[in-house]
Amino acid sequence: MTTLPDIWSYLSEEPLLWLTATLVAYVIGDAAFRASHGNPLVNPVLVAMVILAGILWTTSTPYQTYFEGAQFVHFLLGPATVALAGPLYSNLHHVRRALVPMLGALVVGSVTAIASALWIAQALGVEGAELASLAPKSTTAPVAIGISEQIGGLPTLTAALVILTGILGAVIVTPLMNALRIRDWRARGFAVGVSAHGIGTARAFQVNETAGAFAGIGMGLNALLTALIAPYVLSLFL
Amino acid sequence: MVLNLALLLAFQLVGEVVSRALSLPVPGPVIGMALLLAGFMSLPKLAKRMLDTTKGLLAHLSLLFVPAGVGVISHVEALGQSGAAMMAALVLSTALALAAGALTFVGLARLTGSREDRT
Repeated sequence: MTTLPDIWSYLSEEPLLWLTATLVAYVIGDAAFRASHGNPLVNPVLVAMVILAGILWTTSTPYQTYFEGAQFVHFLLGPATVALAGPLYSNLHHVRRALVPMLGALVVGSVTAIASALWIAQALGVEGAELASLAPKSTTAPVAIGISEQIGGLPTLTAALVILTGILGAVIVTPLMNALRIRDWRARGFAVGVSAHGIGTARAFQVNETAGAFAGIGMGLNALLTALIAPYVLSLFL
Repeated sequence: MVLNLALLLAFQLVGEVVSRALSLPVPGPVIGMALLLAGFMSLPKLAKRMLDTTKGLLAHLSLLFVPAGVGVISHVEALGQSGAAMMAALVLSTALALAAGALTFVGLARLTGSREDRT
């Protein structure tokens, strides 16, 4: 008979364990989200992240080992981004009628996201490569990492800042929009896509399909705009 | 179902090739999304067969961010000594960008008479 530690040492090196753990942690996060009646603070991604980080820490499993299993889930981000064409197509009649508001909100939202982050961080004493890493934080991870390298930031730090921004955006968007009395799903969705990329978009889809479609467009357009303007905005702060 | 998944992957693949070949600042999947949208618009039949698959994949979009998120928690020290300042900048700038973007959208929608129809 194989002893428990032997079984563990086998399982902890195989993708099966960490793939299962990722799905189970998300199911728990999603159940908690539903049980809280959709409270934005109980974000399923956040709950799942905390559970899994706790397990990795207790079992002293390196992140690399965990990712061997979790990469199958991570990989689906690509096809899921392509799949955003679906809701976009279903909402095309909304999009055609909102071109001017979308372009205006894109420019204002994108510039505000970059400039206000740099301004606040600089006022609090952040400088150099750390400041540069902050500039692309509202855009989707692969684009943000590319921009960060280009403008002298630290790609790993940028990756962490991007994820944190997405979670913050997903958590604050609903209470903030309610406080501002903004009821237009297009505006709510578009703003969260521009400010909080894919995690914000995922949150928008939880609430309303039109909001989700507009969030997807906002995320895509902001990836393009941030790549174009981030170097220029950063140069104003250096 | 399998054909639909193959189509999604194929569009991503073409997007990656285009992005790299032309050194565009936009990632491959985003270009793939634009190409697939163009495909839906010119071939409504394609949209009809794929819409359920896209919906299914997007229903749990949040799940797909979990692996990267765990990496962030495991590397909190990556935030360095300026961690608190960085967090303050993230919280405030995200709230400001959300408010500025949404208010601009609503203001311009009112100016141009673009109303949301709730169906």
